[in-house]
Amino acid sequence: MTSAYLDLIRIRFLMMLAYRVNYYSGIIIYAINIGAYYFTWKAIYGDAETLGGFSVAQMTTYIAVSWMARAFYFNNLDREIANDIRDGSVAVQMTRPYNYLLVKMMQGFGEGLFRLTLFMAPGMVVVSLIFPVELPTDPLRWAIFFVMIWFSFLINSQLNIMTGLFAFFVENNEGLMRMKRVAIDLLSGVLIPVTFFPAWAESLLGWTPFPAITYLPSSVFTGRIADTEAWQALLVQMAWFAVLIVPILVMWRASRRRLFVQGG
Amino acid sequence: MSLFREYMANYIKTKLTYRADFWVEVLSDLLGSAMNLIFIFVVFQHTSSLAGWSEAEVVFVYGYFMVPFGVFGTFFNLWNFSERYIVKGEMDRVLTRPAHSLVQIMLENVDPPSMIGAVVGLAIMGSAWSALGLPFDWYDPLVLAGLVLGSVLIYAGIYTTLAAISFYSDAPTGIVPLMFNIQNYGRYPVQIYNKAIRFLLTWLLPFAFVGVYPASFFLDRQDGGEMMALLTPAVGAVFCAIGLLVWNRGVKRYRGAGS
Repeated sequence: MTSAYLDLIRIRFLMMLAYRVNYYSGIIIYAINIGAYYFTWKAIYGDAETLGGFSVAQMTTYIAVSWMARAFYFNNLDREIANDIRDGSVAVQMTRPYNYLLVKMMQGFGEGLFRLTLFMAPGMVVVSLIFPVELPTDPLRWAIFFVMIWFSFLINSQLNIMTGLFAFFVENNEGLMRMKRVAIDLLSGVLIPVTFFPAWAESLLGWTPFPAITYLPSSVFTGRIADTEAWQALLVQMAWFAVLIVPILVMWRASRRRLFVQGG
Repeated sequence: MSLFREYMANYIKTKLTYRADFWVEVLSDLLGSAMNLIFIFVVFQHTSSLAGWSEAEVVFVYGYFMVPFGVFGTFFNLWNFSERYIVKGEMDRVLTRPAHSLVQIMLENVDPPSMIGAVVGLAIMGSAWSALGLPFDWYDPLVLAGLVLGSVLIYAGIYTTLAAISFYSDAPTGIVPLMFNIQNYGRYPVQIYNKAIRFLLTWLLPFAFVGVYPASFFLDRQDGGEMMALLTPAVGAVFCAIGLLVWNRGVKRYRGAGS
């Protein structure tokens, strides 16, 4: 059974490899985004040494590593699930002897793994040549970072699955999916580190899973969060992962009872 | 003109069947803009100026950007051009009719919800205008209309060229999102970028003319931006002409997707 899931990862990985044009343009797009935000933040800092607890060098590293982490955890599971539900193929998938949601998760992981090895690693080299990025020297910090972006992937995929499953309950969840994407980019810390928000917004965000997706791992990577705080950050991620399992199971149960295929 | 009326009537008939979708689209359009504005607001809590631009000025530039972008989005909804017209072969149908092919395709894909973004943009400009205490001259609305037209033509030219590429080669899937990301640069004052990017945004992919340059006409900044603003319609005309040229040549080359 496990090998079946591993195969799913492998197949998705190879599928991504087949669409190489998207891959090249993807690298350029990420470089453009990192560049745009690099210059914007440089202008924001002006003469200031530190803002929101980040030094200029830390901020540059933060932007670069956040976008690279986003390359790894980003996937379109919400859209895929919603499409499966809308065209009815989810019903076929449900009859198969595997767990549909786990399958989706594995496919997302295959995609992430593809981007991690062929995109994030070379991308990080290129970016650190162009921009003054400071990579950590402590191997332990690298290790924690990789564990943390694994949890970023899990949490982000969980949110995607929940958004996708909404297609069971409403006929068109297009708006919800777009809203989710905007919310994750803005609130998770890809565009602005959470500490830059006004105090009330920051503490409010502390009660959402968003900062666990980008802000926490990137802060650990830049050294803004270190030592015991870094372990605490990892614990926060684990907690969110565990908590988010509950609504998914509830929705999955409810949706299996509700399944009606539009035009099916 | 009567053709336009007919197409609009048709559009309204199809859309009224899915009324909820209309609002969903408007809302998610505005949400993207809201995200960018929130970014600006949060950033200006930590600094008073962005390379010499105040918060109200940056917001003003963004508001201006939304106006031509909304108009462009309404009339040039060509995102799935190669998929729908080339791959599925709808281009053949278009070409058998007497009206210009580009006009037909524009009208078939009109997207009025985008217009609301333009209206919101105007409102944002208005509020930033009064916050800055700018003088209001009788000719300002006329100049604004001219500049917006120029900016729309720039977008139209660039994206028509991109859409026309599918006449020449297979679907260039990666290019449109690429362009979409480059145009992000145009929303902020170009002064914050280095020389290479500034040159790119001014002369090669002139997205700075869909934001900073025309907006600085009204901001009285005296940094050369006003002169650049007056170039907007000219740049628009040039890029629109390029777009049309590439399009017309592409249509001549077009042989259908087979079958």
